[in-house]
Amino acid sequence: MKYIPTIGIECHVQLATKTKLFSEVDNDARGKEPNSCVSPVDYALPGMLPRLNGEAVKFAIRAGRAMNCEINPSSRFDRKHYFYPDSPKGYQITQFYHPIIGEGFVDLASGTRVRIEHAHLEGDAGKLTHFMDYSLVDLNRVDTPLLEIVSMPDIHSAKDAHDYCHELWRLMIYAGVSHGDLYNGNMRFDINVSIAPEGSDELGTRAEVKNLNSFRSVERAVLYEIERQSKILDAGEKVAQETRGWSDDTGKTTSQRSKEEAKDYRYMPEPDLPPIRLSSDFIEAELEGFPLMPADYRGLFGESMKSDILEILLDYPQLMKKMHEVSEEDTGAVVLISNLFTSVLLAEEKAAEYLNDLPLTEDLVELSKMNAGKELSSTATKEVFLRLFDPQMRGRGTKQIAKELGLIQENDLSALETIVDAVLAKPETQKAQDDFRAGEEKVIGFLVGQVMKESQGKANPAAVQEILRGKLK
Amino acid sequence: MKIANKTVSATRLVKDALAKAKEFSDYNIFTFLNEDGALKKAAEIDEKIARGEDAGRLAGVPYVLKDNFLSPEGDTTASAHILEGMASPITATAVEKLEREGAIMIGRANLDAFAHGSSTENSYYGPTLNAYDKNRVAGGSSGGSAVAVALDIVEFATGTDTGGSIRQPASFNGIYGFKPTYGTISRYGVVAMSSSLDCIGFFTKTPEDMDLLMSVTSGQDPKDLTTLPDYYDSSEVKKVKKIGVIKDFDNDVVDAEIREALVKKLDILRGRGYEIVELDMPILKYALAAYYIIQPAEVASNLSRYDGIRYGFRSNNSAGLDELYNNTRNEGFMAENKRRVMIGNFVLSSGFYDAYFLKAAKTRTLIVEEYNKAFEKCDFILTPVSPNPAFRLGEKVNDPVAMYLEDLMSVPLNLAGIPGLAIPAGFNKDGVALGLQLVGPRRSDKSLIEFSKELI
Repeated sequence: MKYIPTIGIECHVQLATKTKLFSEVDNDARGKEPNSCVSPVDYALPGMLPRLNGEAVKFAIRAGRAMNCEINPSSRFDRKHYFYPDSPKGYQITQFYHPIIGEGFVDLASGTRVRIEHAHLEGDAGKLTHFMDYSLVDLNRVDTPLLEIVSMPDIHSAKDAHDYCHELWRLMIYAGVSHGDLYNGNMRFDINVSIAPEGSDELGTRAEVKNLNSFRSVERAVLYEIERQSKILDAGEKVAQETRGWSDDTGKTTSQRSKEEAKDYRYMPEPDLPPIRLSSDFIEAELEGFPLMPADYRGLFGESMKSDILEILLDYPQLMKKMHEVSEEDTGAVVLISNLFTSVLLAEEKAAEYLNDLPLTEDLVELSKMNAGKELSSTATKEVFLRLFDPQMRGRGTKQIAKELGLIQENDLSALETIVDAVLAKPETQKAQDDFRAGEEKVIGFLVGQVMKESQGKANPAAVQEILRGKLK
Repeated sequence: MKIANKTVSATRLVKDALAKAKEFSDYNIFTFLNEDGALKKAAEIDEKIARGEDAGRLAGVPYVLKDNFLSPEGDTTASAHILEGMASPITATAVEKLEREGAIMIGRANLDAFAHGSSTENSYYGPTLNAYDKNRVAGGSSGGSAVAVALDIVEFATGTDTGGSIRQPASFNGIYGFKPTYGTISRYGVVAMSSSLDCIGFFTKTPEDMDLLMSVTSGQDPKDLTTLPDYYDSSEVKKVKKIGVIKDFDNDVVDAEIREALVKKLDILRGRGYEIVELDMPILKYALAAYYIIQPAEVASNLSRYDGIRYGFRSNNSAGLDELYNNTRNEGFMAENKRRVMIGNFVLSSGFYDAYFLKAAKTRTLIVEEYNKAFEKCDFILTPVSPNPAFRLGEKVNDPVAMYLEDLMSVPLNLAGIPGLAIPAGFNKDGVALGLQLVGPRRSDKSLIEFSKELI
């Protein structure tokens, strides 16, 4: 039978705030000793009270805006209880009843619109490392601010699941709220997958696969679940509602916890934190000068750029911002510069470094003009483009760099004619001239080459050919 | 309050207090006696005074700290086995403010473990005895603090009041005990019992001392987001005309001699020209039930952090994590702690939350409204603190419901977040101390303390 999958995704984003969600301790524990970024509030000394980090609230507002969400004027925190050494308080402070971010949507390149159910702030848990007969606890990550983004079940393919996660990643980067470092767990995904026979009005029983940390794992896990659940239904059996884990190594999900074993978190309003009240003035002030989002760029460049190139560039907000500036100066420069970004810049070993220090917009526009005016060959264009990233050279401007490198093509016809005449006067070109006149078309290449050589590569080959043809009639 | 100066040294005051503390050791008041620390601090203050420097508004005044306030002086045990050996790296905001003004902590006072109780019998370190009758309970949970002041060991002691834990032991020992408006004094660094109800307050022998302590310790604290903006010192003392009495409390539940004491005080007030207004507040009947849902729920949550992993007591010989949790919590908590954890987790569990916790939270809102209405009709309310005076040791320890009923008249204030001052009201025929409480609207704390002078 043919089944339609339905997928909803919960995404945990670690917010890149300076301090933790409820204490004044450094939130960036990368490369630091275990348990070195931990305050008495974080390790839950008795009598300690959470202090809400205002920066995390601002980041949530920005993230909400990026996902076209309502920002709730009033939200509050709740306690979610469970015993485990990664949770020193014995509960996680989260927003179960009244989240800060309300409904919104994320549009994918495919045209699929994934609605956002809500997003809420909460504290992350610590990390346990297990050994043979003991485990070590590292509380550095405790109460790192997380934004949990909950989608509606609007996704119906593994590809869209992948692209939705990818798009969320972009949105968080564009909004400037996350480092987006997936390798270090900055974003983690839980997927809810169910399948139902095509044409059915009812959704199937869902399985939840927890803790996926790459777009590719999300895609593979969805594909695996669709296949696994299809086999179960084909065999006339029922899919169990359960939580499953994913292994990248085996490419399989395995059962972790059934619905019956599901924990009762005994949610309770957090009495130590007053509600968050956001005035519209406060929200407006935070969103002033909010940057363009990928969807805005798709609107701007959907026609001038090829979609595969646009989708590559969308991973780099700096490049898109630059493309936008370039296009505002000269729409004619879009194709060349976007091609240079994807095929030259991103292929460079030092690309990551270059991204943080892009050339001046005017230099890029000039480069495009010189290329269009045939002053620079395509090879020369690439070479000058790379020099625009060279701190020693970039200050001189495109034209000067091209001149210094002797890359400007000779387009002055009378000057070219003089060179052509000189070449044609050489005895070693006589045979080729005769051959061409006798109808051997391809020797024109040899003659063009000789002219190029004579001009030290500055001649415009097309113009040279035209002159040669005129003279050899 | 005796403040150290050129004629009375801080060292003298501290030595006297320590001597009395030892003299009354059979009352089991202290979980820790801060002899060396207190004398060292006294010497420092005496030097300051000798140099002519300002040694603070509480210079050299010895005091007793309820053992659920964190400070590096002595372990903070909350009289609970599970916190044995818990040395705090931080100092509670209230303690910091007291010490900044020169007060000297001479010891930590016994309490019902985690402040769960109304008699100090639930302490891991055994009960504290009543200041007037060693066969009776000190009241609780701040029993040690109350008895220390009642026996004149110190002139003030700190307390915490979640459902009456300051006012009831104050009345059981014939002294003043004040529970301020919720959020007036920072809770930072005080072992949490029930966060939305917990208030920090004091035991004193006079309203004047209470006023001074409130002035020193009240105020907004960035470390406690539930604290109110500063208001205490700047609040105007209001002109009081009408005093309310609650009809519903004037019934068989209340001990006859306590009722007599109330009537006597009302007569005094009438004689001084105050109008007595009778109040009908039927919703208060549900306060105790709401309290014994909200409070255990928050208790269960707040006690979740005691797992034996990071500090305090850890049970040995546990195979695996679950057993470690179970054994540590089973051995580390008192029976009453466990009872509240179980009730609390029950009322929060899925399927019961709406029926219990949510309903109690709604009742709480109705209680707030009931008080708002009452304070449109009168300035303050005078009621008993508890239905009975100090009971005998062991009398109610095996009857939790009888014990909870002791909180009948004190818990509504915590649910409403309003201030209450326990005032002494003489003794009954057995020589047992009696107390009443003055109740005011939110932020009326200063006026309430001022007005209590009328009832001396």
